[in-house]
Amino acid sequence: MDSIIQNIQGIPLNHYLIFCSVIFAIGVIGVLIRRNVIIIMMSIELMLNSVNLLLAAFSAYRGDASGQVFVFFVMALAAAEVAVGLAIVIMVYRNTKSVDIESLSKLRW
Amino acid sequence: MGAIILLSLLGILVLYLGLYNAKSLLLPVSIAGLVGALVFEVLAWNSGAAPIYHGMVLFDNFALAFSILCIVVTALVLLLSQEYFSAISKNVAEYYCLMLFSLTGALMVCAYHNFAMLFVGIEIMSVALYILVGIRKTDFASNEAALKYFLMGAFSTGFLLFGITLLYGATGTFDITGVKNYLVANPTAISPLFYGGILLMMVGLLFKVGAAPFHFWTPDVYDGAPILITTYMSTVVKVASFAGFIKLFSYVFSPLHDFWTPVLLVIIVITLFVGNITALMQTSFKRMLAYSSISHAGYMLFAIIALGANANTSIFTYGVAYSLASVAAFAGLILVKRSHGSDQFVAFDGLAKKNPLLALVITVAMLSLAGIPLTAGFIGKFMLFRTAMADYHIILLVLAVVNAAIGVYYYLRVVVHMYFYPMAEQEEKLAVPMGFQVVLLITLFLTVMIGVYPNYIASLL
Repeated sequence: MDSIIQNIQGIPLNHYLIFCSVIFAIGVIGVLIRRNVIIIMMSIELMLNSVNLLLAAFSAYRGDASGQVFVFFVMALAAAEVAVGLAIVIMVYRNTKSVDIESLSKLRW
Repeated sequence: MGAIILLSLLGILVLYLGLYNAKSLLLPVSIAGLVGALVFEVLAWNSGAAPIYHGMVLFDNFALAFSILCIVVTALVLLLSQEYFSAISKNVAEYYCLMLFSLTGALMVCAYHNFAMLFVGIEIMSVALYILVGIRKTDFASNEAALKYFLMGAFSTGFLLFGITLLYGATGTFDITGVKNYLVANPTAISPLFYGGILLMMVGLLFKVGAAPFHFWTPDVYDGAPILITTYMSTVVKVASFAGFIKLFSYVFSPLHDFWTPVLLVIIVITLFVGNITALMQTSFKRMLAYSSISHAGYMLFAIIALGANANTSIFTYGVAYSLASVAAFAGLILVKRSHGSDQFVAFDGLAKKNPLLALVITVAMLSLAGIPLTAGFIGKFMLFRTAMADYHIILLVLAVVNAAIGVYYYLRVVVHMYFYPMAEQEEKLAVPMGFQVVLLITLFLTVMIGVYPNYIASLL
């Protein structure tokens, strides 16, 4: 465990910050521009995983375990969310035979 | 804490009742459980507030008041559910169970004292709702609403989490008192991470409360979901999210209010105008209520920029008034839709002749939403505007009053339809089932009572 923390601390904290921000931004852009629901869900996972990575890095730098515990919360709830989300996608697919967002634009103002 | 434990166990119990086909027991057991939870909350009132479970939750009077409101509104919604759920789905027990789980999450959001609890609470509340919104499996609108709600909910959770992470990076703690102590201890050398964290958390929460420019999912989801679920979403979920929002901003981030107040001001103005002007153009009552809920989110954000002891009271009063009026309006909509099969304004034509009581309750609800004196909505708006006035946000106040005036127009449109338009064709009287009568009378009574005697609720918090 100590060697892991040393390894994490071997890289400057700013690098983690920039790296995670870039991954998060890729996730956000993916959600906004992609049209396939499955890929949108993957982009959302990317956002959550960048958060996990950043939490672990902060946690190692501060020598505080609560950040790592939070990672488990995020993982557990992300799994629950994806389970429900995939069920919804399957339900939609059964009705429309498509996983494309554009096929769902009946409700409009 | 007793209420949260009781409600999560109650959800499981209800699920088992459904498994053993005890359908007639579902409603009584759920209501009894909600009353039990209410008793727990009332007993904890004024009983010294210290964070419990290693600083995870804090049941001060603020949290208890909002929890009680959530529980009472859920009970009202469940009373409306008697024939509603069995008409649209075979799996009735799941409705009750998921609603109770969602309520558990709402109570956690009201009482969080640690960002972990805020996140877990919001997720429990939302994940149960994703299922409820899409519960009519073959209905196209319901499918679309569920998918949109899910994608937007998960997307906003990402922002919220990134915000929490940045705050953790700046302060090294998830505890809200710890975060506030960090701000108070070094007012000059606050890490830049902290500012980014505030903005990202704000975006995440604004998505949840449905404020513009993050509102675009609201009308579609409210429109596509079953009416009773829409009632639940636009009352309990909104109130609980606002409880979390105001705790975060007016308690934790209050030392930095010079930074975030301008951002919120812009958002409030956009929200008010978008909500009200789009509501003007609707022909569907349900969709009009969805847009009006956006504008009400704008009014409630008022309390957050006007810091001070009054902010909690005014947002609570507004939440009570708005929830009661919404429940009454949606209950009326369910009855009208049941007899006409339509949720357009035209379906309300001549309702005053068919059922004077129902028309009266809907009228009072509309007046309360519009903020006419002698109703609870007036008191709520008055208190919000007064707190904003005390802070000299004069321009904002003028804009809000203009919006309130726009609101009167579209709220009264349905009243005009009920009283001054002739019935489309000769129909028999509109029957109101027992559960609906109870709910309509309770909401009518409370709305007028709060409007006439506001002191009881104003001195509560």
